[in-house]
Amino acid sequence: MDPMIRLILAQGMLGLNNGVFYAMLSLGLAVIFGLLNVVNFAHGALYMLGAFLALILYSYAGAWVGLDALHIGFWPALILAPLLVACFGMLIERFMLRRLYKLDPIYSLLLTFGVTLVLQGLFINFFNASGTPYPGMPESLRGVVNLGFMMFPKYRLFVIIFSIIVCFAVWYMIERTRIGSRLRAGTENPELVKAFGINVPLMVMLTFGFGTGLAGLAGVLAAPIYSVSPLMGANLIIVIFAVVVIGGMGSIAGAVLTGFALGLVEGITKVFYAPAANTVIFLLMVIVLLVRPNGLFGRQS
Amino acid sequence: MQEMSNTTTDIGEFEENTGEPEHRTRSRIWQGIFWVALIGFLLIAPALLYPVFVMQLLCFALFAAAFNLLIGFTGLLSFGHAAFFGGAAYIAGHALKVWGFPPLLGIATGTLFAAALGWAVGSLAIRRQGIYFAMITLALAQIVYFLVLQLPFTGGEDGLQGIPRGHLLGFIDLNQPLAMYYTVAAIFLIGFLVIYRIIHSPFGQVLLAIRENEPRALSLGYNVDRFKLLAFVLSAALAGLAGSTKALVFQFASLTDAHWQMSGEVILMTLLGGMGTIFGPVVGAFVVVALQHALSGIGSWVQVVIGGTFIACVLLFRRGIVGELARLLKINSL
Repeated sequence: MDPMIRLILAQGMLGLNNGVFYAMLSLGLAVIFGLLNVVNFAHGALYMLGAFLALILYSYAGAWVGLDALHIGFWPALILAPLLVACFGMLIERFMLRRLYKLDPIYSLLLTFGVTLVLQGLFINFFNASGTPYPGMPESLRGVVNLGFMMFPKYRLFVIIFSIIVCFAVWYMIERTRIGSRLRAGTENPELVKAFGINVPLMVMLTFGFGTGLAGLAGVLAAPIYSVSPLMGANLIIVIFAVVVIGGMGSIAGAVLTGFALGLVEGITKVFYAPAANTVIFLLMVIVLLVRPNGLFGRQS
Repeated sequence: MQEMSNTTTDIGEFEENTGEPEHRTRSRIWQGIFWVALIGFLLIAPALLYPVFVMQLLCFALFAAAFNLLIGFTGLLSFGHAAFFGGAAYIAGHALKVWGFPPLLGIATGTLFAAALGWAVGSLAIRRQGIYFAMITLALAQIVYFLVLQLPFTGGEDGLQGIPRGHLLGFIDLNQPLAMYYTVAAIFLIGFLVIYRIIHSPFGQVLLAIRENEPRALSLGYNVDRFKLLAFVLSAALAGLAGSTKALVFQFASLTDAHWQMSGEVILMTLLGGMGTIFGPVVGAFVVVALQHALSGIGSWVQVVIGGTFIACVLLFRRGIVGELARLLKINSL
């Protein structure tokens, strides 16, 4: 195989791997924005929280309850950590965000920005700011697989496939099931949905919990790949905002596809001009704003 | 989906009251008191407080007042103002250090750069409304941050160091603390007066109309986008003036000046002092800078305190300090 093509494919795979996180996080943002009209700035911090919970469950939780030998591993963490993050999200919704729905949406952005600073500050105080590696990667996912053009870590391949399944499942649930149709109805006309006997405030709370849970899940998946650090979500959330501006938050499928595609673009940019890799998404955002101000999948506003 | 641009804005809760002259007189008296207090403070501050601290305070107060021109008087939330503040600091620093510009020309260079950058960012960001506007400005500011990090002349992680203060107008040595202080005080006062004039000009009234009801301003025949863009450029330029001045005072420009956390801090200053008030940003900047100095011993807990203040302001205290004061005194604008 031509070495150039091989290099593009290899960087493309690594880019796709980042795209997984862009897709899952912008999916969560889109789900929340769709029903609550809230842009959750804390999404990056909740992703960080998910990663830290995985780390804590493995390295510290056992010692806290007096069982030094107990390490709660990756698979239980993959369920537990997102649930805990979702609970935390629901508390934020119930006790803070709920009081802001009648106001301009910028207030909820500012509130979640404050939550971000608090979470980041707390974790910087209690953990190493430069990052801790996650030691709990399961044995079955260690090693590499031969993709023909490169040796790809088995775990990363698992993350790509797993997250594609999760994103598809979420899309299916929202666009094709009864729960999803209620959710979408709640977006269109909450008063009418209330009149049908559906508990809209509860639905809103659960939706926020679900969206933040997705961020937590992405965090757990990220823990074995990147080192777990208090600032891991800080720069990511800004990239996610650009992804969301490019894709438009109106569409679930749009958010996911844009996320994967931009990860790919970013990876391939590394082949041609590495210094531009961390700005290429922002530059694409500029182009999209000039050509299609409402975003690729956005509805006319 | 709820249409974002049509939701009523709650920013500032500032109403033009034309019917009651008694209110207006009271308003004028209190504004006068604030002006006297401000100018009095500027004159005697170096005798009471450490001059470097006051200069830092004034730079941030001007930055916050410039930011307030957008959020408080036009209803636009920019989450990328650190790009203008920090970007101008670097350009002014480079002009002073490498090109050997005199102090005022260096500051003017930084300010002009911020205005140009504001035009570029503003014309992109106003293509979307509401919450998207905030996200776009944040993302564009991140490009500036990466440029500052990677360009050869900025000193990367170390920042741009050793900027000379030089001689004002060729004969006043700015290495003298008091000379530097009164220069900064004068720059602050000029910048603040410019903002005051803008707010009270017919142009400022159109901005208020856009904040209150954009579709209506549009239907009255105002070219809303041009007004928004001009407000953005003015706000960016004044933020750049603040950043350039800070670079001259502290003799360095650092990455933190351009980081998104700085954009967050200026929002907090304005929110805490009172969005859409005249003196609010100055009061807010004072509180935040003083808080940071007082808490500098506890390290990264400062971030927790700042975040907590943010949450408290949004939930309980949306009018801000000066906004609440104006409400207690039953006046419209302060």
